[in-house]
Amino acid sequence: MLKRFNIKPWQLILGVVLLGVWIYCYIANTDITNSVVASGMRFGMPLALAAMVGIMCERSGVINIGIEGTMLLSGFTGFYIASWSKNIVAGLMIAILTGILTSFVHAMMTIQWKMDQIIAGTIINILASGLTSFLYKQGSTIPNSWPIFDIPILGQIPFIGHAFFTQQGPIQYLGLILIPAIWVMMYKTRWGLRTRAVGENPGSADTAGVSVIKVRMINVMFGGAIGGFVGGFICLELVGSFSKEFTAGSGFTALALMIFGRWNPMGAFAAAILFGLAQALSTQLQIFGVTNIPNQFITMLPYVFTIVVLAVSAGKVRPPAAAGKSYEKEQA
Amino acid sequence: MEALLRIEHLSKSFPGVKANDDISIEVHKGEIVALLGENGAGKSTLVKSVFGLVKPDSGTITIKGEEIEPGDTAAAIRHGVGMVHQHFQLVPVMSVVENIILGDEPHKGVFVTKKAAREEVIALSARYGLEVDPDAFVEDLPVGIQQRIEILKALRKDIDLLILDEPSAVLTPHEIDELLEVIRKLAASGVGILFITHKLHEVMAVADRVVVLRNGKLVGTTTPKETNEEGLAQMMVGRNVVLSVEKGPARAKEVALEIKDLSVKDDRHLDAVTHFSLEVRAGEILGIAGVEGNGQRELVEAICGMRHRQTGTVKVSGKESPDMDPRGVHLMGVSHIPEDREKDGLVSSYSIADNLTLNQFNLKPFSVKGIRDFNARDEYADRLVKEFDIRTPSFQNSASSLSGGNKQKVVVARELTQNSHVIVASQPTRGVDVGSIEFIHKQLISARDGGAAVLLVSAELDEILSLSDRIAVMFGGKIVAIIDGQDADRQYVGRLMAGLSG
Repeated sequence: MLKRFNIKPWQLILGVVLLGVWIYCYIANTDITNSVVASGMRFGMPLALAAMVGIMCERSGVINIGIEGTMLLSGFTGFYIASWSKNIVAGLMIAILTGILTSFVHAMMTIQWKMDQIIAGTIINILASGLTSFLYKQGSTIPNSWPIFDIPILGQIPFIGHAFFTQQGPIQYLGLILIPAIWVMMYKTRWGLRTRAVGENPGSADTAGVSVIKVRMINVMFGGAIGGFVGGFICLELVGSFSKEFTAGSGFTALALMIFGRWNPMGAFAAAILFGLAQALSTQLQIFGVTNIPNQFITMLPYVFTIVVLAVSAGKVRPPAAAGKSYEKEQA
Repeated sequence: MEALLRIEHLSKSFPGVKANDDISIEVHKGEIVALLGENGAGKSTLVKSVFGLVKPDSGTITIKGEEIEPGDTAAAIRHGVGMVHQHFQLVPVMSVVENIILGDEPHKGVFVTKKAAREEVIALSARYGLEVDPDAFVEDLPVGIQQRIEILKALRKDIDLLILDEPSAVLTPHEIDELLEVIRKLAASGVGILFITHKLHEVMAVADRVVVLRNGKLVGTTTPKETNEEGLAQMMVGRNVVLSVEKGPARAKEVALEIKDLSVKDDRHLDAVTHFSLEVRAGEILGIAGVEGNGQRELVEAICGMRHRQTGTVKVSGKESPDMDPRGVHLMGVSHIPEDREKDGLVSSYSIADNLTLNQFNLKPFSVKGIRDFNARDEYADRLVKEFDIRTPSFQNSASSLSGGNKQKVVVARELTQNSHVIVASQPTRGVDVGSIEFIHKQLISARDGGAAVLLVSAELDEILSLSDRIAVMFGGKIVAIIDGQDADRQYVGRLMAGLSG
């Protein structure tokens, strides 16, 4: 069972311990626990979705460090289009479209022209940062964000209901559907099997008549669509505005979470929620005015957590074997 | 009768080489055609053209009377062509079932129907008598089984033509026998078979017809009945080849390599070599016979300082050699022809000249006072390229541009020209054509006659039998017997290799 899902015993122990802490806190103080968990969800969801971008790309063999730039660009276009057209849905659509176009550029560079994938991602990041800073205009607003609402019935479930299904916007709920859908796609469908094969040994897929280029292009662009979706999500729903460099390194954090989740959508989701919780907890500690610990240390908490987690799991992880390598048909 | 496969006037050039030059071949239903040729003769290019992995420059490929689109693998598969590649095209982290169904998965809508897939694989392996565990992960399986999966992958598509690119190169003798049996069975069921090999006795054993290529050109077609191994070798190389090794009696002198109580663990930290002791004398060739995976690789790596010695010592000319220090071992006068030339023998992106001086570039005359002397290197490289007949337009080309056999010659040239006391040669002729095998064998013997102690490890029993002055048979990490090379009996050694008591 553990082997089948590639879960290490210590991960299981970590999960059980956290669950125990959660239950304990829930019983001790339901309200505060609920609000911390819910805000952990809010912090974690964009990271989880950004990690999906990484998973889509790397599972098919393309390392994408341009997630940061993709989100930045799509958040930018999404926000200004929404502001100009007074229509959030239009904004979100444009954000997704921007994500697809950005990743198309990335895909052309890495898959067709076989450029170094790290350099291609860096280009996207620099381009996005420069372009959005240059074109940035202060004072734009978007029409009222979508209402925050509770999902009936599901929101009533004791213990988990409040954390997952209340007090969120529609995009957040959409993410809850999207992540398991990507998992199903990756492990249960023909496309997923081919994607994983292309990411592990493109030669085996090629000789089985699967087009490596096509599989990679589509996966990277689908990943880009999710990246655009996240950018739009942050600027249009979560924060409700565009600010310079709003991504603040979250694209890279997402990659770390993807590794922690072992390139598995559900694993990365769990890792992202854990990271979100650490962030929510640090915020909560600040609110409560824990004064005997300097503020800076508390703010550091989620990042220290990421470093520790990565340091512990690094070396044991096994990325898709062909990630980072352009595919060339064997010659001679 | 309409031919199953007809290749007409096919040509293909790569930068600097004409890999295939106006080749025409036919393969009929149920026929086994062997494709023979030296390394770099263009065999792989030819079969890859048939399978659509390489797009020919000109010429046509017709299958069952229909011309197929060049350079389109999917079209080749549709026309009933299956191929088993030299380098297995399997996904190591996936199960046997997943590997076999990849590309044409049983499905309902977008979902893979795992149960149906599994049943199909079981039925398939039963139908052809090729037993596999459908749920095993490929990376856990031995190469023989991995190849079986490759064959099943090809057979699944109801093929009419099966191409096998050097299928026996990595197999043990027993696995090869099984493979030949499978090939015969398939041909009997009406599948046309085109297979590449270097091993002449395999050709003699199964082929109905033999097609020989040399330097990209078709030099002739024959049948095993009309010729013999010598005849085939001559066609391949274009001159007389002596298949049997000519060597004088060994004049063994003092002990040059002394291994005492050596224990080594493999990559999975299991015991690979246990309390192993052996002496090799200067002026003799000691061959280690054994089925692959009985500790030979670990033994060689431990001797050469590439793997930690758990217990025991290795002495070179009476002095203890350092553990885990390949350079230190080398400087004591040990040359090593590694089993995996790509990984341990060459730096592929370096030039041939640099590879030829890889372990002495910092020594005189290639370096003077810490500054490299490229003229000295180039002169040396030029000499070795000629002497060892390394086929390349220039020694400035990268090692990766060479064909497998020529890469091996680079390693052999480097290691055998350093007047070493001890030469450890692991699979020195793997994947090398007969002409080069003859040459490498001669080099090993002249090194022996020059007073070096040669430790030869090979999965090719014939190679061991023809070269060795003494033969140590290894089984389960131990030596089960040491016999004199002169009166070694093939059957007897084979039984010892299988762990039987003789």
